Amino acid sequence: MKLKVENLDFSYAESSVIQDICLHVENGEFVGIIGPNGSGKSTVLKNIYRVLKPDGGAVLLDGENIFKMSSKKTAAVMGVVGQENTIPFDFKVEEIVAMGRSPHKKLFDADTKADREIVADALRETGMEEMAKKSYLQLSGGEKQRVIIARVLAQQTNLLLLDEPTNHLDIHYQLQMFDLIKGLGVTVLAAIHDLNIAALYCDRLYVLKEGRLWASGTPEEILTPSLMTEVYGIHADVIIHPVTNKVSITYLPKSLKERWT
Amino acid sequence: MPANRLLIKHNEPSMKGILLVLLPASLFSIILAIGIGPVSVAPATVAKIILSKLPFLSEHIAHHWTPLEENIVWGLRLPRVLLGMIVGASLAVTGVAMQALVRNHLADPFILGVSSGASATATLGMIFGVFSFLGTYALSLSAFLGAAATIIIVYWISRVKGRINITQLLLSGVALAMVMDAVTNMITLSAPNALGLHNAAFWMSGSLAGAKWGYLTLPLAAIVLCMIVLMVHYRALNALVLGEETAETLGFHVRRMQKILVLVSSLLAGVTIAVSGSIGFIGLMVPHITRLLIGSDHKRVLPISAFLGGILVVWTDVAARLLIAPEELPLGILTALFGGPFFIWLLKKNTRM
Repeated sequence: MKLKVENLDFSYAESSVIQDICLHVENGEFVGIIGPNGSGKSTVLKNIYRVLKPDGGAVLLDGENIFKMSSKKTAAVMGVVGQENTIPFDFKVEEIVAMGRSPHKKLFDADTKADREIVADALRETGMEEMAKKSYLQLSGGEKQRVIIARVLAQQTNLLLLDEPTNHLDIHYQLQMFDLIKGLGVTVLAAIHDLNIAALYCDRLYVLKEGRLWASGTPEEILTPSLMTEVYGIHADVIIHPVTNKVSITYLPKSLKERWT
Repeated sequence: MPANRLLIKHNEPSMKGILLVLLPASLFSIILAIGIGPVSVAPATVAKIILSKLPFLSEHIAHHWTPLEENIVWGLRLPRVLLGMIVGASLAVTGVAMQALVRNHLADPFILGVSSGASATATLGMIFGVFSFLGTYALSLSAFLGAAATIIIVYWISRVKGRINITQLLLSGVALAMVMDAVTNMITLSAPNALGLHNAAFWMSGSLAGAKWGYLTLPLAAIVLCMIVLMVHYRALNALVLGEETAETLGFHVRRMQKILVLVSSLLAGVTIAVSGSIGFIGLMVPHITRLLIGSDHKRVLPISAFLGGILVVWTDVAARLLIAPEELPLGILTALFGGPFFIWLLKKNTRM
């Protein structure tokens, strides 16, 4: 699955939020969007997953305009982990994960054995199988997030859009979830808060600042001390880590300034 | 932990098991409720009278009852009890639909002013005879329009930045209910003769007294139709509860589903209120109790709420007939008596979460 975004514009009421965003994700690529709070990461993703309607520009899935496709058809190829995870009524964990099968179901279809196996697999892969019968509202924040990820796994899509999918997870589950998603071999576009995580998993990165595309490239090209000063206003030291062979960032706080200046 | 698994399994009654209990429970309730009243009729006699009316069975049943009993059972109480089942089921299902629409379990046609809106337009319709060319369905149609208008207004007021604000929702419901009740009162007080049976007390507090066989057709058709529509879309209802964005990313047409829910709720509320007045809190209590019993999956919540709602209304109506016999209490007064505290309990529970 190939995703292409062309000249995307979107504004809430009068204030422009994102402007002229162009990006593309090739088949099987893992691409990250980084940027400070309020830089428009979520807005870009929401415009792609059709919750917001762009004022201009196009989103193409394998060359087909996404706004001309039915919601059901997009949902069958594009899975989304958004940030809306509060639920007013109590569902069992397995019921929520089973909802991931919805786009593959016609109006009168019943759940089949295959559906139940897919749901069981998704629960196992996210380490939630013991919790299958538990009520969702009684879970911790991290467990809830794993349930949502299990749901998108059960959706079995070739493209995943993730809006800070692991922001409630401890480091163990962060790594486990990203390893899991990376292992699926599907096409991924993810807004990621943690720059070191982005460096470990992403093939390429897009940097947003104030609603515009600031830079794009491989983590090595992007995650430089000067860019982090320009975009985030912080100082950092960057090395290629000898074990992972990936960029590793050490933040240099002002409180330790005498040590690094 | 196999022991734990077993425990959870034990706590989770199967759909079939529950329906196997509810179906006979409904039948028993109907038979017993018919027998109870100022003139009581033995349940066995009630069953025989009903069976004797069925084709092919009548020859095999010995007639051991008086014409008076037959008249009470077949002419008066059976239509009343059946109407109670239908009204209860409709109100409970309306509650389920409205709660999915606003994503909150405090929604109910009575609390959000929908019943009042339906009553007001129904009385207006009677005065001005707007839909009189439709005959007996005129009242239901005007009630439906009032219900739809109220749901849309309340929904529109309480939607703040794409989300339903629960404070706005409840307050706008209360305000709208007051205005609509005032309209109903004004009309019924100023033109009492034109309104016959349907006086102000009927609209405000609901009653099943005066039920006739002819009243059953439209509400029955409405609940069957709406149940089918909702059951077909049960996945969409579940997804909608997770949130509009999530429902959209799971491939559901959220706007269309919301319109369907507004239509279904108004149709059920309108048709029900036209025959029984506004009976409050059934749509609040029954879905909540159902969810406590079997969880939130709409595939189960819808049918089970319908049965429980029917049974609850039938028995409340029995109490309404008995408590101050030979006088009758309006049914809505009784439901408010235990529904009000239930609502307060839910409200407290809600704020704790």
